[in-house]
Amino acid sequence: MTGTFNLGWLPRAIILGLVAFVIFGPLANLAIWAFAEAWFFPNKLPSQWGFRFWEVVFRPTGRAMEALNVSIWIALLTVAVSLIVSVPAGLALARGRLPWRALIMLAFLLPQAFPSLPVYINVARIFYEFGLNGTVAGVVLVHTLHGLVFAVWITTAAFASVDKELEQAARNLGASGLRTFLTVTLPLAAPGIVASAIFVFLESLDEFTGSYFVGAPEIQTLPLTMFLASMGGNYQISSITALILLVPSIGFMLIVERFLKADVMAKIGN
Amino acid sequence: MNQSRSLSLLLVAPALVVVLALFVYPLAYSLISAFTDKAGAFTFDNFNKAFELYLTDTIFTVVIIGVSTALIALVSIAIGGYLTLGENPTAVAILAWLYRWPLFVPFIVAAQCMRTFLAKNGLMNNTFVSLGLMDVASTQSFLDWRGIIVTFVWKQAPFVTLMVAGAMASLDRSTIDAARNLGASRLRILVEIVVPQVQPTLMVGLILSFVTMMSVLSVPIMVSGGSPTMMTVDMAYRINAHGDYGVANALGFVSYLLTGAAAYIYLRQSVRDRSRA
Repeated sequence: MTGTFNLGWLPRAIILGLVAFVIFGPLANLAIWAFAEAWFFPNKLPSQWGFRFWEVVFRPTGRAMEALNVSIWIALLTVAVSLIVSVPAGLALARGRLPWRALIMLAFLLPQAFPSLPVYINVARIFYEFGLNGTVAGVVLVHTLHGLVFAVWITTAAFASVDKELEQAARNLGASGLRTFLTVTLPLAAPGIVASAIFVFLESLDEFTGSYFVGAPEIQTLPLTMFLASMGGNYQISSITALILLVPSIGFMLIVERFLKADVMAKIGN
Repeated sequence: MNQSRSLSLLLVAPALVVVLALFVYPLAYSLISAFTDKAGAFTFDNFNKAFELYLTDTIFTVVIIGVSTALIALVSIAIGGYLTLGENPTAVAILAWLYRWPLFVPFIVAAQCMRTFLAKNGLMNNTFVSLGLMDVASTQSFLDWRGIIVTFVWKQAPFVTLMVAGAMASLDRSTIDAARNLGASRLRILVEIVVPQVQPTLMVGLILSFVTMMSVLSVPIMVSGGSPTMMTVDMAYRINAHGDYGVANALGFVSYLLTGAAAYIYLRQSVRDRSRA
């Protein structure tokens, strides 16, 4: 039996190896470029490895560090704005007696059903009239729209998964509506809200198209810097910048299941 | 917490205002701009010019996104199917761990990865040459329409797989086990029992991917520099080089129409799900 078992593993191992190559090959190529100091055709690998370009990127006065700062600020502001509007909306959609609820939910689906690029072009044109083009506020607003759909849906699901009987118990013990919300509902829904905040943060950090039309050239976010370095043929700088963008994304992938519990996931879209 | 209707509306109002001001209004603006000339009179000129200049690119876009969507469907069914019906727990666990990685890789990073990986001297060709599967002279660059498709499938297939595998996992196992006991092959079970039941989820995933791919600017620019290119690149070019909002919005309108059919199915699907819930 052991003989056939080993033979049975061979095709499986080959296919899994191929899948691994397809998934990690492009990422590996990015990592190689990040540490390549000299790499010329037709060498299969760089002839010289090192951290020289990391110094260029991480130099405090460098463009990339400045862009990282700008990107993080924009992402934090985007999280703040989208939480301010999505938490009340999520609460109302999950618990309130909302007239035209289906229609309102539909409105939050719409931005997902249309290609965003032609809309961003016109947002940029409208922002231009208000002097919002090329400002942090303008980019934050575009990113908020981009993240809002997910924020509203996840927070709605988070509030919907809170056990109503716990709230009822607090009310029966004499707590006011506001107190019940602050001490019972909000803490119980917090993991879902945190998940939506992280999600909005990452979406903002990674967003390219909206920043390209509304922010550039005055506001240089990290993805814009990466794009320009890549188009300028500077693969080391763009690969290192891309790795910086990857760290929070991969980190989120590894912890997301801790925040987005199955009971919340099951309520998304309800 | 039973709130009154007006309080609920008040709570939801700010989020609605954001969607109306930053999405619905610009959308309406783009529609009007597509059908008017510079003086504000109704015209089809923008569309005539758009088709004259960019008909090839429009067809190119439809073909690329159509092929990508079909491949994403196949990959997600294959991976989801193996995760559901696979009999070796170790192989299932390895695959489940593997397939998710591109999910959180931003499009622009995926584009940068592929820009190097698929190049003539990229890691893909180099690996094939090193393994003796190919000689250096016959290597070619995939940085054209094929590269765009590879990037789209690489990035979006894990997303659809995640949805499809979730739906497959929550299926009633008894019909699958019954078919298995009656001697049906796993491929037949996948095609005849599993896929029809997860079809609504698969469709929603594919449509979301379709709309996403219609809006990506970085991948066509970075992966394939040449002509023909995708409509998103043309729209950016009309704006940046000519300030020509009319033609850009006419192209935008065409891309709405292309996704409109897809979106119709998607919205009808979710509304039906909602009324059932």
